[in-house]
Amino acid sequence: MIVANIVPLQALIFVLVPLGATAVVLCRNPLRQIVVNGVYGLLLSILFFVLQAPDVALSMLVVSTIAYPLIVLAAIARSRTKPEEDE
Amino acid sequence: MRRDQIRGLIALPFLVVVAGLLVWSVVDLPDFGKYRGPYGYVLNRVAVPQRHTSNVVAAIVFDYRGIDTMGEEFILFASVAGVVLLLRSRGEEEEPEEADEAEEVVDAIHSDMLRVLGPLLVGVTLLVGLWLVAFGFVTPGGGFQGGVVVAGALLLVYLTTSYRAWRKLTREVFLDPLEASGVGSFAILGLATLIAGAPFLHNFLGPGTTGTLISGGSLPFLNLATTIEVAAANIVLFSEFLEQYVRPLAGSDE
Repeated sequence: MIVANIVPLQALIFVLVPLGATAVVLCRNPLRQIVVNGVYGLLLSILFFVLQAPDVALSMLVVSTIAYPLIVLAAIARSRTKPEEDE
Repeated sequence: MRRDQIRGLIALPFLVVVAGLLVWSVVDLPDFGKYRGPYGYVLNRVAVPQRHTSNVVAAIVFDYRGIDTMGEEFILFASVAGVVLLLRSRGEEEEPEEADEAEEVVDAIHSDMLRVLGPLLVGVTLLVGLWLVAFGFVTPGGGFQGGVVVAGALLLVYLTTSYRAWRKLTREVFLDPLEASGVGSFAILGLATLIAGAPFLHNFLGPGTTGTLISGGSLPFLNLATTIEVAAANIVLFSEFLEQYVRPLAGSDE
């Protein structure tokens, strides 16, 4: 693979994206994981933007910051309220 | 051996296979920055002269591959219909009482900062969403992204004011037909071109001036139909999930 035509900004984001993905996987607390996943989504958006795909970046941004967290949060809230009632 | 150790042992060969497949999929990729598909080069060259949209992606999504987008619209519509079918179990007659109970619990926003800045945020987000929609075929953006942002702006109403305000904005009797009309008008625009004797989803109305809002022919209408569908679908989705969130809260109120 020829990597000569990668600009520094791209190289930086290529390093950050796998780090973000690993952070999401290593996060064990679901609530914290959503926030970390949002940061990871932002990193992916920057990756797409840096690779000159602003439309994909925007899609990634809206899905990872609006649609996805809300649905996961609601699901967590739903599954958590049951045991609390028993306490 | 402990249970998770056995699990790890079972998972190991599969993980090795997956890792191997991943590596295999990457080794034969074209070099970085090299693009082998001729289709992209052709579209980059012809889209602006043919469709007068400075955002080529919009020309592809709403014109050259418009029928794909229509398929995606219907996928979204069908999946939201599925969610509604599964989650909207509440009987009509018990709605008011239950909703009131829920509202009292969730309406507790104590931060003055949120109360003051919240409505401002809603306005700004809504404006960004509408801008993404309106200029979707001139600059990056479009019906999908703009639609989700518009839905997000309404969601901020819930986050910064109250569940009651959110419920007022998201009446099912209004939103369900709106969503259907979004996806339906996409199909109707396609059928109208068929009746007129042109190919399905053929671009009509003339190209207009490149780089302005009056460009792209009938493409902006498909963009608008997508916006209505995506925004309404997301709001319906959010309200169904929020209700799932709110209902147990109301139940556990001591």
